Formats: sequence, structure tokens, C-alpha cells
Amino acid sequence: MAPVPYRVRSRIVESHDSATLCLEPLGETLRTPQPGEFMMLYAFGVGEAAISTSGDPTVTDGSITHTIRSVGAVSRALHDAQPGSLVGVRGPFGTHWGLDDVAGRDLVMVAGGVGLCPLRPAVLGALAQRARYGNVTLVAGVRARSDFVFAAELEKWGADAQIELHVTVDAPVQGWHGEVGLVTEPLRRLALRPERTTAFLCGPEPMLRFAAEALIAKGVAARDVRVSLERNMQCGIGWCGHCQLGPLLVCRDGPVVSYDIAGPLLRVKEL
Amino acid sequence: MSPDVTLFDAAALHRLVEVLIERGYRVVGPTLRDNAIVLDEIESAADLPRGWGVDVAPGHYRLRRRDDDAAFGHSSGPQSWKQFLHPPRRRLWSGNRDGAPEGFEVPDGDVPRYAFLGVRGCDLAAIATLDRVLGRGQFPDDSFVRRHRRAFVVAVNCTEPGGLCFCASMGTGPEAGPGYDLALTERVGALQGPEDGAVTYLVDVGTPEGADVLAAVPHRPARDAEVGSARAEVEAASRRMGRRMPDTDLRELLIRSRESPQWEEVAGRCLTCGNCTMVCPTCYCTGTEDVSDLTGQHAERWQHWTSCYEFDFTYVHGGGSVRQSGASRYRHWLTHKLGTWHDQFDMSGCVGCGRCIAWCPTGIDITEEMNKMAGSD
Repeated sequence: MAPVPYRVRSRIVESHDSATLCLEPLGETLRTPQPGEFMMLYAFGVGEAAISTSGDPTVTDGSITHTIRSVGAVSRALHDAQPGSLVGVRGPFGTHWGLDDVAGRDLVMVAGGVGLCPLRPAVLGALAQRARYGNVTLVAGVRARSDFVFAAELEKWGADAQIELHVTVDAPVQGWHGEVGLVTEPLRRLALRPERTTAFLCGPEPMLRFAAEALIAKGVAARDVRVSLERNMQCGIGWCGHCQLGPLLVCRDGPVVSYDIAGPLLRVKEL
Repeated sequence: MSPDVTLFDAAALHRLVEVLIERGYRVVGPTLRDNAIVLDEIESAADLPRGWGVDVAPGHYRLRRRDDDAAFGHSSGPQSWKQFLHPPRRRLWSGNRDGAPEGFEVPDGDVPRYAFLGVRGCDLAAIATLDRVLGRGQFPDDSFVRRHRRAFVVAVNCTEPGGLCFCASMGTGPEAGPGYDLALTERVGALQGPEDGAVTYLVDVGTPEGADVLAAVPHRPARDAEVGSARAEVEAASRRMGRRMPDTDLRELLIRSRESPQWEEVAGRCLTCGNCTMVCPTCYCTGTEDVSDLTGQHAERWQHWTSCYEFDFTYVHGGGSVRQSGASRYRHWLTHKLGTWHDQFDMSGCVGCGRCIAWCPTGIDITEEMNKMAGSD
């Protein structure tokens, strides 16, 4: 149950409120998380937060990578952790995207804001074994242009014929020449092969619901739409009870849950 | 004669406590304190609340004098055994900022060796429920597992259910078990002749450890008639429950009732105080707290009981708490207890002890709410 000490190897500022930490073990090395899984990161003396892996799954040097948006005391302390400082780590926990189970299928990944962070390992994993998949599409939306994370990578993917990329910004702004609107706009335009499409969704809950409904409206089965859920987590291992969503313990049965299960639960207010 | 079932008297109960203490157990049993029957460490069987019973009703708990010397003639008090197996507060780990390479230290596994005396069927089932949740998941809680594994359990079969009891509905009592080392059936005046009025205990043995402890306590084989009448009393108790749950699939009923107007109606009476979760013998939810010393070099993480009625229980940045209304928090508690617990742990989270009814300051009755819900289904 106790965290294992890791040290910040490098820190990259992603946006005005987000940073990516690469952590290396000081002693014991934990299993490298699979795309979609999360770790409990401990900021010394401040507290723990559940953070999904945002690292490249093909990196197997024992390091782990997490992108942290500063939104509260713990995430601020983690976000601010400088190279050389200590971060406690437990994990990996939870379910993953299941990239291996969907070999041969088309992938549509939809990210809202920092929802791109848990999807990045899936994108990189799919690109690393590109021949295993059909069409690979990423739709990434942010509220404001300054919210983009992994901007350089998005630019690279935009020029890469291996992946179809749609980037949107909610509100128009000077100097932005790309698409304006919610992620559901490019989703509606996508030419999909619904029977052979699997979708991975991560972002704010309303976005998850609208994006899932848009995909289902295009003929994708609800069970082929996987969403990454966020709930209050204090333990990550099924002890604390905080992360329940109806029958689900999100830390154990999630965070990645297929929409045939998650959809009816998310539709109930305050469940 | 029933060779497997034995009988001993009140003096032998004293000896049983002595034997357990001699064997290194910290014996915990019901005692009288603050106008309630509370669970505490006892030094002798004289500490048991002999001659005391309780009257319970929704939002009501009062001690009353019994007209006999029964030691276990009372229904559930405000506490349960989770107090000892899943303590209200404990340190999860500690560490030093510069001691990083050694990592974080977990308190060692030297947990108390308890003997629980007077565990009723409902509470024995609650211990099994906690074991399923905390002890048998993918990541067992080592503190719980050690405490549970080391505990010696003396159960008590119920012959006198309280006004709020519904263990028969939940299938957890009044007969205790499995999971005990010894099980007692306390009887008053079951003997004829000069011993009339004396308290005796019929003893069932559940484990070899139980048999070993019993061997050190004076006892005699129980006569068939004694066994038969004791069993009949326990059986009769199952028909005298103060409360009952509707005879339907509660999990399905709660799924169908997610949008029922009844939740709003209950919320008008519910103070979201969390008393029901504190007294519930299976409510296991915890929060965490991080502390550091003045130098900032030493930090600890503590776990403490918490309640799903707390406003920030479901707090997520951005949207705030998922369950903001009182109605949604009451719905969550009741639905988890009787419904989604089945999905999560393949069992009910309710054992029918009635504590949540007695200790609800506004007397909300879980059985009444479920019966209403079944009626309007």
C-alpha cells in the first residue's frame, strides 16, 4: 500500500496549467502502466492523486510519464515538482484501453482538453504497430487555444499520413486558422466503418456523453465505445468507496469502461 | 446426549474469559457505559452487562433493567466489531523527504490479537462482509486481514430479537454462523429444580481452536432436551423480528427506483449527518489525511472512516461534488447497501442489525423505505 519513491527525471511545460513529468525509480521499479491505466502519485506531505499514464508505451526503461494539470493542492504540488525531486508512486491500477484486443479494427480517439493525456499512449501504441490497425483517427478539442497539451506532437501527427487528425477550439480566437467548435462537429463528418470501429474517449463528462452519442448515431455499437471516467479516488485499490458510479468501483472496474455500461449510469443525475 | 454440544454455567463463562486472557487475547465484549451497551476490552465476565436489556425504536435507544441475569440479553448497540477490525483511524505510511531511497514505511504487522465475546449472527455476517470487501479483493488490506485472521470469535445465538432487528430477512440470523470458534446460546431458567432461574450456555464448537479453548473451561455434554429447546428458542426468534424487508429482489427494485420521487421525500427528513454509516457494521468507506511535522521533513498519511453523506465525498475538480443533493446521497447509501453491493462484491451490504434505524436522529427506517418502494413499484 505504501508508495515507491521515484525521482523527477525531466519536466516539460505543456500549457499554462499542465506539465509532463518523466519519473524514474529510486529503488523498486513498478510495472510500466498500459495505455489507459493510472498511478497514484504522491506529493510529499501534500497528498495523492490518481493520474493516468501519458507516456509512450514503447519506452521500457522503467520510467513512467504523467501529465498533470494543476487544479488543486495535490495536483499543483505534482505539477510544480522540479527535476530531482521526490514523487511517491503506487500502481498501476484500473482497466486499460485494450489496444491489443482491437487489432484489425479502425480506431477513433476523441480527446477533450487534458483528456488527450490518457489517450496519447494509445495513439503512440497504435502508431508503433500501425499495420495492426485499420484507420486511426484522433479528434482533439480544447476550450481555448492555450489549453493544448502535446502541441508539437499534434503538429507532427497532423502531417503524418498514418493518422487522421482533427483539432478544434471551442471559441474562435485571433491567429487560429483551424476548426472552431466542439469535438462532436468533426465526429459527425467522419466517414466511419461503424461495424469495425472502436472508439476511445477521454474528456469532461458532457463531452464523453455527446461524443459517444454522436458515434452511436453513426452506427458504432455502444460496447465499442470506451470512455475513461473520472471520480474522486483516495486509494485506487477498492478500499475507500469514493469512486463509485452505481455498480462500478471506478478504480477497479474503470477508469476505462465501455459505453453500454457507462452510458446508462452517466445519464442518471448525481449517481 | 448430543456429544458435540456442551453446556456450561455463568461461572464457566468467567473461566472462558480468563482462559482467553491467559492465552494472550485481548477480550472485547459488551459493557455498560454512557447509558448504552458499548464494546470494550473486558478484564472479566463481571464486566458484561448482566441483567441489562435495551429498548430500541426509530431514533430511540434506552437501557432497561431485565428481570433476569442474562449477559447477552440486548440487541445491537451503537458500535460494531468493525471498530476493532477496521479501526476508525490508522496510519497508512510515513516517510522522510531525504530518506527517499528507503521508501515509505508501513506500520508493522503487530496488530492486537482480539477475542470477540458476544458476536451476534448479524454481526458475524458483517465481519464476513468486511472480509469480502477489504480482505478478498485484488489488493487485500493487510491491516484488516491480520486482525481478522488472529481474532477468536465467541458468537451468541439470538433468542430475543430487538424491535429493529431484521436479520431473518437478510439471512444472517438469529442463528450465528459460520465463522465462529465457539457459539453460545444463553438461556435463563431452562434448568429444573434447584438450579431454576440460573443462566446457562449451550455451546457449539466451530473450529479446533474453539474446541481447545472449551477444553480448558468446565462443561458437560448437553442433554438432547436441552439442545432441542435451545434450538427451538432460536428458531422462534426468527419469527419475532421487529422489522422485515420486502420479499423481493432488492437490487432489481433499486435499479428500477433510481428516479423515484421517494428519494426527495426521504431527503426532507434526512439530515445527511452520516450516523447510519458510522453505526453500520459493514460501512467501510475511508478518507485520507496527510500530515507533516514542523520541519516539513517527515510526513505521514492517515486513513479514517468517512461517510458517503459528506458533501465532498465525491468531489472532483471542475464539476464539484457528483452527489450534491441530500436525495442523491441517501439514494447512494441505500442503493449501495442493498443493491450495488451485489454487483461489486456478490453479496448484500446489509446484515439486518437495525442500528441505522435506532441511531438515525430523525428515525428514518431502511425497512420502511424499502417496503414503501416495493409497494409503489
